[in-house]
Amino acid sequence: MLVLALENHTVCTDLFGYVGIEAVLDQMRRKTMKVGLEFNIMVVGQSGLGKSTLVNTLFKSKVSRKSCTPNCEEKISKTVKLHSVSHVIEEKGMKMKLTVIDTPGFGDQINNENCWEPIVKHINEQYEKYLREELHINRKRRIPDSRVHCCIYFLPATGHRLRPIDVEFMKRVGKIVSIVPVIAKADTLTIEERQEFKERIRQDLAANGIRVYPQKEYDDDPEERILNDRIRESIPFAVVGTDKEHQVNGNKVLGRKTKWGIIEVENVAHCEFANLRDLLIRSHLQDLKDVTHNIHYETYRVRRLNESNMNFSELGLSARPLENGTADTSESESHL
Amino acid sequence: ISLRHQIVPGHNQGQGVRPLSLAGHVGFDSLPDQLVNKSICQGFCFNILCIGETGIGKSTLMDTLFNTNFENLESSHFEPQVKLHAQTYDLQESNVRLRLTVVNTVGFGDQMNKQESYQPVVDYIDRQFESYLQEELKIKRSLHNYHDSRVHACLYFISPSGHSLKSLDLVTMKKLDSKVNIIPVIAKADTISKSELHKFKIKIMSELVSNGVQIYQFPLDDETVAKVNTTMNGHLPFAVVGSTEEVSVGNKMVKARQYPWGVVQVENESHCDFVKLREMLICVNMEDLREQTHTRHYELYRRCKLEEMGFKDTDPECKPVSLQQTYEAKRQEFLVELQKREDEMRQMFVQRVKEKESELKEAERDLQGRFEQLKRLHADEKAALEEKKRLLDEDQSSFGKRRAAAQLLQAQSLTANGKKDKDRKK
Repeated sequence: MLVLALENHTVCTDLFGYVGIEAVLDQMRRKTMKVGLEFNIMVVGQSGLGKSTLVNTLFKSKVSRKSCTPNCEEKISKTVKLHSVSHVIEEKGMKMKLTVIDTPGFGDQINNENCWEPIVKHINEQYEKYLREELHINRKRRIPDSRVHCCIYFLPATGHRLRPIDVEFMKRVGKIVSIVPVIAKADTLTIEERQEFKERIRQDLAANGIRVYPQKEYDDDPEERILNDRIRESIPFAVVGTDKEHQVNGNKVLGRKTKWGIIEVENVAHCEFANLRDLLIRSHLQDLKDVTHNIHYETYRVRRLNESNMNFSELGLSARPLENGTADTSESESHL
Repeated sequence: ISLRHQIVPGHNQGQGVRPLSLAGHVGFDSLPDQLVNKSICQGFCFNILCIGETGIGKSTLMDTLFNTNFENLESSHFEPQVKLHAQTYDLQESNVRLRLTVVNTVGFGDQMNKQESYQPVVDYIDRQFESYLQEELKIKRSLHNYHDSRVHACLYFISPSGHSLKSLDLVTMKKLDSKVNIIPVIAKADTISKSELHKFKIKIMSELVSNGVQIYQFPLDDETVAKVNTTMNGHLPFAVVGSTEEVSVGNKMVKARQYPWGVVQVENESHCDFVKLREMLICVNMEDLREQTHTRHYELYRRCKLEEMGFKDTDPECKPVSLQQTYEAKRQEFLVELQKREDEMRQMFVQRVKEKESELKEAERDLQGRFEQLKRLHADEKAALEEKKRLLDEDQSSFGKRRAAAQLLQAQSLTANGKKDKDRKK
């Protein structure tokens, strides 16, 4: 246990005995549990690809209303309408406010040009809301976070390649939000077909310069890079969703029952739902939020402040110049 | 790591926030662990400010608290004014890395005139807030990488007089209570007996209350720690003893101070409150101290600073005004001001030029006048001289005539004499 000193270059001796610094980890845990968490997820894809089912399977509850229920009389809307629903779910003391933003009408028209525009608009509106709140003089203690943390994009299991609408959407939206592409209704592909399809999709993504989550540039350290590389090698995840349970080998499992067998959703040999769930929820949940806050939001903020020419240091923000001359450095850095 | 962009669910922020029950294990209960793992990678930051008179035991207490030797030299008592001396250390315990900054007040309480003693402390705290604010308002900023230098906890060392607080203490704490979390401690508590200590603590707390000094209260909102925090709140201010020397007691080596009449053990709770301080400051409330600094003290500073600059959330008609509108207005004002000053300067310049011009013209006229005068003088003199010359010439010519006449006469007289001579010879 080494103790080093910065700035004054004094080297200290070891920590002998108990101090209690590591108790701060528990303090952090307690605080997170008390505060709760907000998570906003957007699902994009043509109707009938199983978006609502997948979300319900992910969060093991009826979070989204399926649009194919018999009582549903909605016509296909002329434009993409965004529809967001919030729920509070709790697990072992951890409360989560989950907001699912659905995009009915995407890709359903005959002419789908610019169908991403309402989506881009919605995402930017959330950033704008947050920015405004952040710039208030009297700010709330915790700024309500309605920014989209993750966008799941559903690719139909054609087995071929990315379609123009896929490329266009992911190119544009991938710049402002973390996109996780998935192959929907993957039980129509055999394992070999699935591998080939994924390989082709990855090629197409690379060829079009589309960056999906987790982006290579934001890997913080080598460990994370190794972990994320493994994920990057297997995206897009081929998923199957269901909320029905069946008996398999004496256990109750989530699965789709067909004449030729039961597709077990949580069995990694059958489909990659478990991988998706682990990525989104069990391992990278915090990271998704961090990337949204530290990277996408900051990019938006830089653009907005530049647009409106809001350069505070121009007004001589500091009434007193800072003694160590940081006033000068901050001014020169702010002038982009 | 920011916990600041999370919300307490259940506060209905809009419609449709219904609670749902889960049919199985989803897995987001691992979020606290995810967060903790990220924090471990990033490391933690904690800044303590120690205020107290020279020699009261600040450095020793820090050494004891963090179980290390920070190698601070003894300060002199002859500092002309209070200075703040900050040093940063990287500590590590198991897998937690802590970047600790300890700020000491050097020379506090040593001057003859202590009226301005608190000012350097207030300035230091404000400077750290200012630094953060500037970073936050930058266009291209990197807040998650920012080394947070804001003071999270202020340990105020009270002299163990046994009577009451000094006026310097009251004044200083009053100035700091809205800027930093103050934790008062009684230093060198081994000089006070138990009964005196009890009375001393009561006296101090009542003085703080009656003077309206808001010290840091250990938080009571989390049930896990509410009980211990309430108890600890009742033990404030902590009576501490610091020591890095070890003394053998029984069969163990403990940190203690050895006197002829006994051994004061630092970690013995019946001897002093050191363990309580360590518990509260580090083990239980470090995160809360950091959060209070950010959400309360820093926000207050930010609000005051921006209001001072003229930014408001609502305009005179109480309609909400976006920061951009205010900013634009300010910017216009600022540019108009600049323009005005530029015009003023230009006018002044033109004015000065005119003045100088007329000055020069004046001088030229003067010079011209003098020249004319001299010329006239010169002409007069010349005329006078001409006159003299003429007279001289006249004189000369008349003299010449007279000489000529005289010579003729002489010549005539000579010839007349010659004739006479000739006549005689015959």
